[in-house]
Amino acid sequence: MASGLHKRYRGGQGATALDGFDLEVPAGIVHGLLGPNGAGKTTAVRVLSTLLGFDAGRAEVAGADVSRQPGLVRERIALAGQYAAVDELLSGRQNLVLFGRLHHLRPRDARTRADELLERFGLTDAAGRSAKDYSGGMRRRLDLAASLIRRPQVLFLDEPTTGLDPRSRNQVWDAVRGLVADGTTVLLTTQYLEEADQLAGRISVVDAGRVVAEGSPDELKSALGADRLEVVIRDGALLGDAAAVLTRITGAPPHIDPDQRRLRVPLLKDRVETLTATVRAMQEAGITVADIGLHRPTLDEAFLHLTARHPADRPPAPPAPPRPPTAAGSTPLAGYSPSTASSPAPSASSPSSSASPSQSVSPSSSASSSSEVAA
Amino acid sequence: MSAAIADGRVMAGRYLRHVVRAPEEIVIYFSLPIMFVLVFGYVFGSGMSVPGGGGYREFLIPGVFVMTMLYGIGATATGIAVDVGRGVLDRFRSMPMARSALITGRVTADLARALLETSVLVVCGLLVGWRWHLGLGNVLAAIGLLLLLRLSLSCVGVALGLSTPNADTVSMIVFPLAFPLSAVSNVFVAPELMPGWLGTVSEWNPISATTTALRDLFGNPGLGSDSWPAEHALLLAVAWPVALIAVFGPLSVRLYRRLGQ
Repeated sequence: MASGLHKRYRGGQGATALDGFDLEVPAGIVHGLLGPNGAGKTTAVRVLSTLLGFDAGRAEVAGADVSRQPGLVRERIALAGQYAAVDELLSGRQNLVLFGRLHHLRPRDARTRADELLERFGLTDAAGRSAKDYSGGMRRRLDLAASLIRRPQVLFLDEPTTGLDPRSRNQVWDAVRGLVADGTTVLLTTQYLEEADQLAGRISVVDAGRVVAEGSPDELKSALGADRLEVVIRDGALLGDAAAVLTRITGAPPHIDPDQRRLRVPLLKDRVETLTATVRAMQEAGITVADIGLHRPTLDEAFLHLTARHPADRPPAPPAPPRPPTAAGSTPLAGYSPSTASSPAPSASSPSSSASPSQSVSPSSSASSSSEVAA
Repeated sequence: MSAAIADGRVMAGRYLRHVVRAPEEIVIYFSLPIMFVLVFGYVFGSGMSVPGGGGYREFLIPGVFVMTMLYGIGATATGIAVDVGRGVLDRFRSMPMARSALITGRVTADLARALLETSVLVVCGLLVGWRWHLGLGNVLAAIGLLLLLRLSLSCVGVALGLSTPNADTVSMIVFPLAFPLSAVSNVFVAPELMPGWLGTVSEWNPISATTTALRDLFGNPGLGSDSWPAEHALLLAVAWPVALIAVFGPLSVRLYRRLGQ
């Protein structure tokens, strides 16, 4: 689809938006572009959908060359997304008829198609209302409908559910699944790991204008270090015993943090079962568990993890500042651990015990500097 | 080429539909010239005399036609700026339609609006005692001149709309731009009555040129000035718009293309 794309915006700070962007998307799947704000996802979509020129590289979409045959590309693609691109003053129906006419459908066909799409996206009742009076979810659906007037070979979906409530989000997701079932290739950009996980067959992680990792959601997750089971026990003397229990249950030796009396082990499957089995086994072994929880890698961690492999892209993390002296009797701060620090993710923490201080002290999600932890 | 014309027509239909769906905008644009007719025709007009003789309202109405064309810049620029600021332009640009259609559609819709506005003003004018005296052919020629002026101002409006970041800014620019152009002209007062340099500016103002040409064509009382611009008003009423189109037409196209960079 794209190889070695470079794009530098004129004016501004002259930031490089795409820096050797490579992407290959097989037909008929949802391919996710995952990345933080400013990673270059939207720029990539704008370049590939002919909205934006590029400085170097080659791009081909649906068999047409983006820079040499932009007209042909536009025949075969459609664009929908974040900024619901509909005419606010016109009604839903007038919007669809307008776009149909601009797709060179005859007036009659454009009207028929508009009615079909309104029906399909549950907008028939609102067909006569101005788009500006639509709810966010309805607007996105209208936007999606508008991009399907002529069945596109490739659909670009730029952050289609940003700012939507869960119900509208699910509606959009269902619509996207339906499209792929019809044979459309979808390039989806999102900042939500969950969205990519739900929809995408393959994911490219984008950072600093290039693809830094690519694979199926599962492959990517294991590359990101999977979920982790973390156990904190009361009595530091029993760490060895606890480690043996964990090894027996998970089949992998845990990482031990003696300061924190914490054990950590990656989990690839049977997350909840493993958690309950661990609680039981610890009880049987007479080990008091102070805290136990599942920690899912967050997107922040994903980027840290992935960009860490490309040290040239980012300055290395500054060396940890000297640890401030801790008052006697208080628990020393933990060594920095991105998983606990930045995970508001679902965790099955035990409700009884207090969490380790590091969790409450450093909710920071920008994990690149350990200074925040110590501060 | 025919596809480009068809797309332009569809786009013009879109802009005209906006007028129907949000009529308050066009009402606001109408209220201004009608207010000018009332305020200047009745409030100040009683204290004004036309140098060449004749009624002040007959003298005023052709200028109000021209001013209405001028203030149309606001509608054009706002419409374009709103489109550029919203995602809808991205959709248009990602579709296999003629890229010129946004501009040609807007300009076509503007001309249709100009015809509507002119008809309303003709009726208003007749109501306050304005008449044409020299036959229908001259009236049509006058309307032709108005549309030509509107076409050129539409190009200015498109360029303005493309070069401002948002629709709110547009209205802040248009009024300070349009008001002096209409005030420093021969619409209300004879340029001879202004201080020297201001009078010269006023005489050469494109608004003055079309206004004088309209007065001549309608047979309404004029200023009877024998300065060069007044003597050649018809020529200037064609030359000015053509010059504006020659400058702002290509500029608009350039600005529009630059959106993709």
